[in-house]
Amino acid sequence: MDFTTFLWTTLGAFLTLATFSFLYKDNPFYKLAEHLVVGVSAGYFMIIVWHGTMVPNLFNKLLDGDWFLLFLNSNQWWYVFPGILGVLMWTRFSRKYGWISRWPMALYIGIAAGVAVPLEMSNKVNKQLVATMVDIEWSNFFGAGIWDPFSGFANLLIFVGAISGLIYFFFSKAHTGAFGGVAKLGIWTLMIGFGASFGFTVMARISLFINRLQYLDQNWAQTAFDSTNPNYNTGFQLVFWLVVLMLLAYAVWEFIAYLRRRGEASTPE
Amino acid sequence: MTLFDRLMRLDRRWVFLFLAAVCIAGYYIDYSIPIRVTNEVRSIYKFIDSLPEGDIVFVAIDYDPSNQAELHPMTYAIMEHAFRNNLKVMFTALSQNGPGMADQAIRDITDSVALDRTYNGQLYEGREIKNGVDYTFLGYKPYYAIIILSMGQNFRISFPTDYYGTPLDSLPMMRGVLNYDDVACVIDLSGGNITDAWISYGQGRYNFPMALGLTGVMTAQYYPYLNSGQIFGIMGGMLGAAQYERLADNPGLAIDGMRVQLPAHIVIVLFIIIGNIGYFMSRRRQAMEGR
Repeated sequence: MDFTTFLWTTLGAFLTLATFSFLYKDNPFYKLAEHLVVGVSAGYFMIIVWHGTMVPNLFNKLLDGDWFLLFLNSNQWWYVFPGILGVLMWTRFSRKYGWISRWPMALYIGIAAGVAVPLEMSNKVNKQLVATMVDIEWSNFFGAGIWDPFSGFANLLIFVGAISGLIYFFFSKAHTGAFGGVAKLGIWTLMIGFGASFGFTVMARISLFINRLQYLDQNWAQTAFDSTNPNYNTGFQLVFWLVVLMLLAYAVWEFIAYLRRRGEASTPE
Repeated sequence: MTLFDRLMRLDRRWVFLFLAAVCIAGYYIDYSIPIRVTNEVRSIYKFIDSLPEGDIVFVAIDYDPSNQAELHPMTYAIMEHAFRNNLKVMFTALSQNGPGMADQAIRDITDSVALDRTYNGQLYEGREIKNGVDYTFLGYKPYYAIIILSMGQNFRISFPTDYYGTPLDSLPMMRGVLNYDDVACVIDLSGGNITDAWISYGQGRYNFPMALGLTGVMTAQYYPYLNSGQIFGIMGGMLGAAQYERLADNPGLAIDGMRVQLPAHIVIVLFIIIGNIGYFMSRRRQAMEGR
């Protein structure tokens, strides 16, 4: 890694620590990191859309014609129409002409709804309904293990869980007796489902922290002290210690401020 | 004030600090944990492993840097596995900041595949991975549902050029490759709603084999699609990535990270138990005082 790349890595490390500092309290370092993320993301998105979509999918399609004919002698002159519809979207910024933007919006929503309704119904509803009505494979009841999602046991669980879960949400009959028992099984099924989601979520959040730890150690700290790097110079360590010193200084400053606040709070009026 | 009352009033920053200390200790202490491979991850590995040389695997890198902790290791493991088996890979990145993720993964894996490596006891000689020959990166386009639908007709409708600006017809790999019919499977690595679009507008409309790599938060929500046969495999979070790394005998950031997950989870479970005991004890005491 060369020194310039290391400076960018250091910026990444600094922003990582600045973001985590929010766990202590809101502070200027966190604010800097937050605003940078928003700004950089917006700028990056604009450039990606311009070069990756507008240029190849619109301008290049039209530019094989001549400008003076408004692209109309292009081989794909009909691309003018989506271009016009796109421009009409911008009329939203005008109070007087804002209504025009409803036309491209209506076209977009109409097409999206027309495409979405049958596909969503087929793939999110019908296929899921069918999947809860499969035969229980008694010959393969335990499959490759009790947690095999394709075993007969899993089929049985899905059947019982789906029915009891539905019964829990059936409020036209009082949840008493056997009916109430099944409804209770339904809420347990739901809770186990939520528990699984919660467990996965905990893992996901810890994963984020682990990833940052790996970055700080492997990409930043180890590089700062990696004398086998052919581009290595004392600047690597200097930058590393500078950032550490800055963070320490901030921690000390916060600690002094904390002590001062505590002293003021305990002083009798 | 009892111990339980104190626990209920504990500043949560102490919890953060303790958890961070446990994670850091877990990271620096040298130990390993067993990774049990589930069938839903094994089916993805087996599918890719059984493909004949030259087949195309379509990898959708639909995540931003905020999800790289869980999904990047999956991308790395699948790409390395595919390239080592002489498969070709097509990439898209339909998430706003996805192109950067894909670009980084392509560069890193290209470097890695250039080296001789041994996986599962078999020596794989290093080879040069070439853009347009071994892989094609289509890039990003907005409105992912429409893009997924259009690619079912022809990749060139939405992507007349690849990410680097080369017309698709100029790429040797893309000759004769028209749409999803010409790829062996689609693997969607996603940290958001794009997965729903792949299921409804991609797999549901064009009926190609599909597998998912998801963030932990999303995983439980997508298991029903496994049983319905709409997907043939699912990798959930860092654990799913670690399982794939284990199967491919290619330990990376996920297996390294799972070491830290263990003590962190133990601490969280303990805190939940202690918090619940504290809550019920203080409630009981309040009830007794009220009586």
